[in-house]
Amino acid sequence: MFERIGHSATAQVRFTFNGETVIGNAGDSLAAALLAAGHKVFRDTPTTAAPRGPFCMMGSCFDCLVVVDGETVQACQTPAQVGLVVTSPPVPRAQP
Amino acid sequence: MTRPDLIVIGAGPAGMAGATMAAQQGMSVLVLDEQPAPGGQIFRNLGASSTQQRQMLGPDYTAGQMLLDGLAAAPLTLISGAVVWDVDQERTVTYSKDGKAYRVKANYLLLSTGAMERPVPLPGWTLPGVMTAGAAQILMKTSGLLAKDAVLAGSGPLLYLVAVQMLRAGTPPKALVETQTPANYRAVLHHAGGALRGWKALAKGARMLRELRRASAPRYTAARDLAITGDTAASGLRFTAKGQVHHLECATVLLHQGVVPNTQITRALRLDHQWHAGQRCFHPVLSPWGQSSHSQIYVAGDGAAIAGAKAAEHAGQCAAADILRCAGRITAAQRDTLAASAKRNLAGEQALRPFLDALYAPPAAILRPPDAVTVCRCEEVSAGDIRAYARLGCKGPSQTKAFGRAGMGPCQGRTCGLTVTEVLAQATGLSPQDTGYFKIRAPLKPVTLGEVAALHSPAPQQPEGQDP
Repeated sequence: MFERIGHSATAQVRFTFNGETVIGNAGDSLAAALLAAGHKVFRDTPTTAAPRGPFCMMGSCFDCLVVVDGETVQACQTPAQVGLVVTSPPVPRAQP
Repeated sequence: MTRPDLIVIGAGPAGMAGATMAAQQGMSVLVLDEQPAPGGQIFRNLGASSTQQRQMLGPDYTAGQMLLDGLAAAPLTLISGAVVWDVDQERTVTYSKDGKAYRVKANYLLLSTGAMERPVPLPGWTLPGVMTAGAAQILMKTSGLLAKDAVLAGSGPLLYLVAVQMLRAGTPPKALVETQTPANYRAVLHHAGGALRGWKALAKGARMLRELRRASAPRYTAARDLAITGDTAASGLRFTAKGQVHHLECATVLLHQGVVPNTQITRALRLDHQWHAGQRCFHPVLSPWGQSSHSQIYVAGDGAAIAGAKAAEHAGQCAAADILRCAGRITAAQRDTLAASAKRNLAGEQALRPFLDALYAPPAAILRPPDAVTVCRCEEVSAGDIRAYARLGCKGPSQTKAFGRAGMGPCQGRTCGLTVTEVLAQATGLSPQDTGYFKIRAPLKPVTLGEVAALHSPAPQQPEGQDP
């Protein structure tokens, strides 16, 4: 659970995550905006489908991976921008 | 700037100070930095921070303003948002910015890529809601976001600092769970050399602890057997302290066990590295001026060995001064004069380290976790898996990739590398030095095939407002 200090006149950025509208502040990374909106699970792992969310916030752990415009990116290194369509990376189906 | 004299990678304290000095002395300098604005992790977003953020983060944070001002005034080129993904022995640096790749070459490189938090493998550490203390601080610095009712767990000065910053912002941590034991305090008595500065650092820590006590934040010491509970997200932290098992309910657990050098670039360059027994990590082998085993490649700051932001600033200046000498722009005597105060201050900061290393030494169970604990978060490889590979004859970290993909996920071993070395060394009986580390190869960050295919070598685009 995260809360924002102060109510500065920062512009808002509206985007979607898995179809749900998220409103972040200009200057937020996607990860910060999603955490502020109460999303803590960003994806499931390809190996065991275990839930994951941001861990290091500095581009090192790659746990906060999301898909933007068909490209897998680190949510903590990607600025939140108006109109982005953000989704969790698909979990590959287990090999029979 | 098609061929600068010097490329500095990373604009934290070491990179900012080094680039500023080299540029002031007449070198053409290109600074490549991954973040939207200079400052590194320590002074992250300082230039754009609000008054409220500055108050919450305190004087250690605002102290970076002088470095930012120096960098802004220096005749150099800064490219922010530049993700470096290849550096070779010929000192060609490949980076991407806004989805385009660029290549630039220099006579000298100064690598100031800083530190990352030491991995903290314990049961449940992969659950959503578990983050590093540094991650929580980044959220404060960049977005003014505060974790509510979080439990801070581990060891190190950053743990106290983040707790106090949370307190000042009006959202004190639910509890502070420290893994330091009385043995840590006894160990520091052996480090008389840095003791005076050490005690000053301790006094600073004690002041922070008093501030926390006044806020009646519960504190547990000598905690062991830490485990995060929860199925699909963290719901609590379980641990044993003073013979009693505790379970604190919380949705956010912030872990910390100190920081270690980020050696991805120095490793990819195949520079000589050695194991630091006191800091339990590898670092590049350097001259007292920061020169690596490649005479035209220098390393400064926490990427060279952990010594903190003040030391990084001085080390950046020392490296810049020696690069100027190496390039024939100044004599050795002129270098000594130019870097005299930086050298003196650096020695002072470094003298303090053995004291802090001993005081905040990570517990053995974190360095070499029990079998069930996930070590490689990306590929979900456990400590037990790695011990099993060792029994099958796996001798080194690069072989663990073949045995079970440890270190082959998107983070490229950044998060599991040191643990894999420690667990293998323990299993084989070899030293960490002889066990070695993952072989790191470009691309150091994921790039698209399109970026590689479209790679062109003409001059990089002009940066925002800092080209002389």
